[in-house]
Amino acid sequence: MRLAVHTTLLTTLLALITSHSAFAAWNNPYAKDESNKNILYSAFSERPKYLDPVRSYAESEYRFLAQIYEPPLQYHYLHRPYTLQTQTLTQMPDIVYLDKNGRELDKPIKAEDIAFTEYRFKLQQGIKYQPHPALAKNKDGQHYYHQLTKQETQSLKTLNHFKHTGSRELVANDYIHQIKRIADPRLHSPINGLMQNYIVGLKELNTELKTARSDSQTTIDLRDFSLSGATSLNDHQFSIRIYGQYPQFIYWLAMPFFAPMPWEADIFYAQPGLAENNISLNWYPIGTGAYMLSENNPNLRMVLDKNPNFRGQKYPSTGDIGDKENGLLDDAGKMIPFIDKAVYILEKESIPYWNKFLQGYFDSSGISSDSFDSAISFSSGGDIEVSDEMRAKGVSLETVVNTSLFYLGFNMLDPVIGGTSERARLLRQAISIAVDYEEYISIFLNGRGIAGQGPIPPGIFGYQEGKAGINSMVYDWQNNKYQRKSISYAKSLLEKANYKNGIDGLTAKPLSLFYESVDQGPDSKARLNWLRKQLEKIDIQLIIRSTDYNRFREKMSAGTAQLFNWGWNADYPDPENFLFLLYGPQGKVKHKGENAANYNNPEFDRLFDKMKNMPNSPQRQKTINEMVKMVQHDAPWIFAFHPKSFSLQHAWYKNTKPFIMGNTGTLKYKRIDTNLRNQNREQWNQPVTWPIILILTLLIALIIPAVLAYKKHERKRAL
Amino acid sequence: MMSYIARRFLYAIPILLGVNILTFLLFFFVNTPDDIARAQLGDRRVTAEAVEQWKASKGYDKPMIWNSDANGLKKVSETVFYDKSIRMMFFDFGSSDSGRDINYDISQRMWPSLAIAVPSLIVGLAINISFALMIVFFRGTTIDTVAVVICVFLLSISSLFYIIGGQFLISKLLHLVPISGYDTGINAIKFLTLPILIGVIGGIGSGVRLYRTFFIEEISKDYVRTARAKGLKETTVLFKHVLNNALIPILTGVVVILPLLFMGSLLTESFFSIPGLGSYTIDGIQRQDFAIVRSMVYLGSVLYIIGLILTDISYTIVDPRVRLN
Repeated sequence: MRLAVHTTLLTTLLALITSHSAFAAWNNPYAKDESNKNILYSAFSERPKYLDPVRSYAESEYRFLAQIYEPPLQYHYLHRPYTLQTQTLTQMPDIVYLDKNGRELDKPIKAEDIAFTEYRFKLQQGIKYQPHPALAKNKDGQHYYHQLTKQETQSLKTLNHFKHTGSRELVANDYIHQIKRIADPRLHSPINGLMQNYIVGLKELNTELKTARSDSQTTIDLRDFSLSGATSLNDHQFSIRIYGQYPQFIYWLAMPFFAPMPWEADIFYAQPGLAENNISLNWYPIGTGAYMLSENNPNLRMVLDKNPNFRGQKYPSTGDIGDKENGLLDDAGKMIPFIDKAVYILEKESIPYWNKFLQGYFDSSGISSDSFDSAISFSSGGDIEVSDEMRAKGVSLETVVNTSLFYLGFNMLDPVIGGTSERARLLRQAISIAVDYEEYISIFLNGRGIAGQGPIPPGIFGYQEGKAGINSMVYDWQNNKYQRKSISYAKSLLEKANYKNGIDGLTAKPLSLFYESVDQGPDSKARLNWLRKQLEKIDIQLIIRSTDYNRFREKMSAGTAQLFNWGWNADYPDPENFLFLLYGPQGKVKHKGENAANYNNPEFDRLFDKMKNMPNSPQRQKTINEMVKMVQHDAPWIFAFHPKSFSLQHAWYKNTKPFIMGNTGTLKYKRIDTNLRNQNREQWNQPVTWPIILILTLLIALIIPAVLAYKKHERKRAL
Repeated sequence: MMSYIARRFLYAIPILLGVNILTFLLFFFVNTPDDIARAQLGDRRVTAEAVEQWKASKGYDKPMIWNSDANGLKKVSETVFYDKSIRMMFFDFGSSDSGRDINYDISQRMWPSLAIAVPSLIVGLAINISFALMIVFFRGTTIDTVAVVICVFLLSISSLFYIIGGQFLISKLLHLVPISGYDTGINAIKFLTLPILIGVIGGIGSGVRLYRTFFIEEISKDYVRTARAKGLKETTVLFKHVLNNALIPILTGVVVILPLLFMGSLLTESFFSIPGLGSYTIDGIQRQDFAIVRSMVYLGSVLYIIGLILTDISYTIVDPRVRLN
């Protein structure tokens, strides 16, 4: 009887194991009932630190914030170069120039007469906030949750613990409220210092708030403070006044710093006990965007749900060349968003992330160096394409050169490598030739980058392709492509600089330079060795000084570094955002600015001041060309490379186009073909059970002789 | 025994204070308050004034350990050390530099760590002891030699290899469980199977070999010979007599790590994306969040001391000859 029961159990177990269809997709990490839902699955490796739009300034945070908050402007999803368009406005803001008395200037306007610039905005009507307890009101019109005591908030651990939610229309004052928040010292907005130089009255407000915050222990209501540079005419019209001219200000209006914030949110989150329970604006955003954060557990997952109050927008009906052919206009004019929910899962390691993508559990993926060879192949013509394995899965590749620059900087304050002397300049030029970044890109980046010719990356106005944009100090134009100058030429430059064969002619000692390295990780040694060898080519000894990032920053601030690596990601698509990195008044040592090389060229600065206020035009291009030639000649940087992003998409993930301006939410444009995804997932993830049977059989095969041996041992007579 | 335990807890106070001071000094030797401020505020566009404001708002603008400008007790209490470290002695970890309540985060994140660590420990212990006893049963035979060689082989493999190899084989090739992730409640089982399996297999080599040594040592003792002379079955000898007596060294190893199970495993949690305390510590270090780092170091020290005390107590339970005084 017992044997029969055991046999039945074993048979059932084996039948279950071998019956694949009964256990389809055992490795599915998601709930079964989610498979037919319109959900996007993606991953993140770095948890967002701040979700308060006034504080956030990182790509990892913008990825979420840009879907939730709506600054007045956004970038067009398909047009390139990136162009601004309205988001919550009825039209692009009117820009009015004023004299020192605040009177509108008549045309033609002279730059020197402009004392202020005013941006005037008209909001769309009927835009509503996502449901949120801060906006919940009772029948009498009183807010449910604006006067909570510490005792009442004690048991409220998440936003879901609030029974009521509410909404209201977006009004002009919400934008003004957010600008006031920039000045609030308690909120530590990274652009507080910068914007004080531009927005009229922001500096004064900052001082006022500092005093108020230090005097008062009670909650401060920003509505009690005025900001002279921001005024609302009515609920749907407001203006921002800035000092002088700052054409780049319009780009800031597409960033979450300028997203609307209802005053109710500040009052709500400031209540006693909520911050202690981790209920804050940094954790629970409140926006008008297409999505709202419904689960914030950055140790596990972040979930965005469609905002039920979203007014709806239309998918763009115009695009760039090739967009129509690529199916990017198939949904033209349709109401967005298409996706109901987006689930972002924490994946710290690239290997599980990649494997889940291959199994169809993530809809898109980047390519780490571990998986590069299996994902990408090079055609006979040298073109990059997806590998056969990826193609068979229907995976497509998208590449884009980032609007970023990595550079190797020379400290211009250094007595050997810096300064404006001919000798130092020739030395820098020789090094610029010797350090072969084409080789670097090939070895360390799998070809994912292009060598820099100047400070402006492709995709930004001012960048010039081909012969016109070549750095003639480092490259020659041969056979319609640029060719790095020879090492013998670099050596001849050194000889001219009185460093023949790497020996300083003045001291008769070998020339040694110091490189501050914060490079860490498995490839760092190889990278540093590579760099050392580059300088050895021209007989210069490079001494690596490894340091942590904190010490590196200190050395940069003190100006004690000689050679260093750094980079910059575009805040906005304007050349000013790169050229200011070489602007004298931005010098790191003297002015604590972003000019890490401490390059100081009065002529460059003069042209910069002229260029930054010009509209994109042939004149502006001419000025930029002059500036670029200047820095190519002076060589305060080696313009190392502009990285290239590669991303892979499954066939069911639609409307994807590389989009670098992370401050604009693009999730609303994407679409998922859930049927195709389900089919592929099932096909790719059938459990393979025969090894389990094999292991069980082997175990039984081992147990039987062990039992026999035991019995034999037990039968043995004692000696 | 109570007085012994009380004494041990009293001894722990200066140790914990020492750990606190050491963590504080080491952390601030590497990171200045300016560094911490910049790590929180970011690199871009941050002015020196913003850094000073952040430091003031978090109390990092005070002197580190000694405030020579203050009077009386305030020379000590008006310092960063007092603000950040003294209340921690009473398990009030306060908020992290990014503003989150650390006590709450720990209370949330210890469960995933325990969900892996406890089953791995129990299953691993059962398997290791069983295998070790089986090998001891066949001691001196080819089975014993082969088993020891296999154990040495298994313990020579890095834990990272087990993790990556396990994910590759079980999840990628065989599609039996999800490759990584975590969920709460019953849904956690499918995510925990693989890390627990890998944890158990990864520990077999060292565990079996160690326990085999304990058992071999016991098996040559007189009481075992007496038991056999009484005609007891070999299994009875092993499981009743040898196992009981070999429990003391086994307990030494196990009980001391019991409290530390809360702290989680850095590698496993990272590769399986499990939101435990191991990854919490790593996050804190990477973000230069001193509040998290000192809290986790302090918690680790407390748990280690508790582990040692528990070990002492467990001696008295498994060996009546041991008295704590």
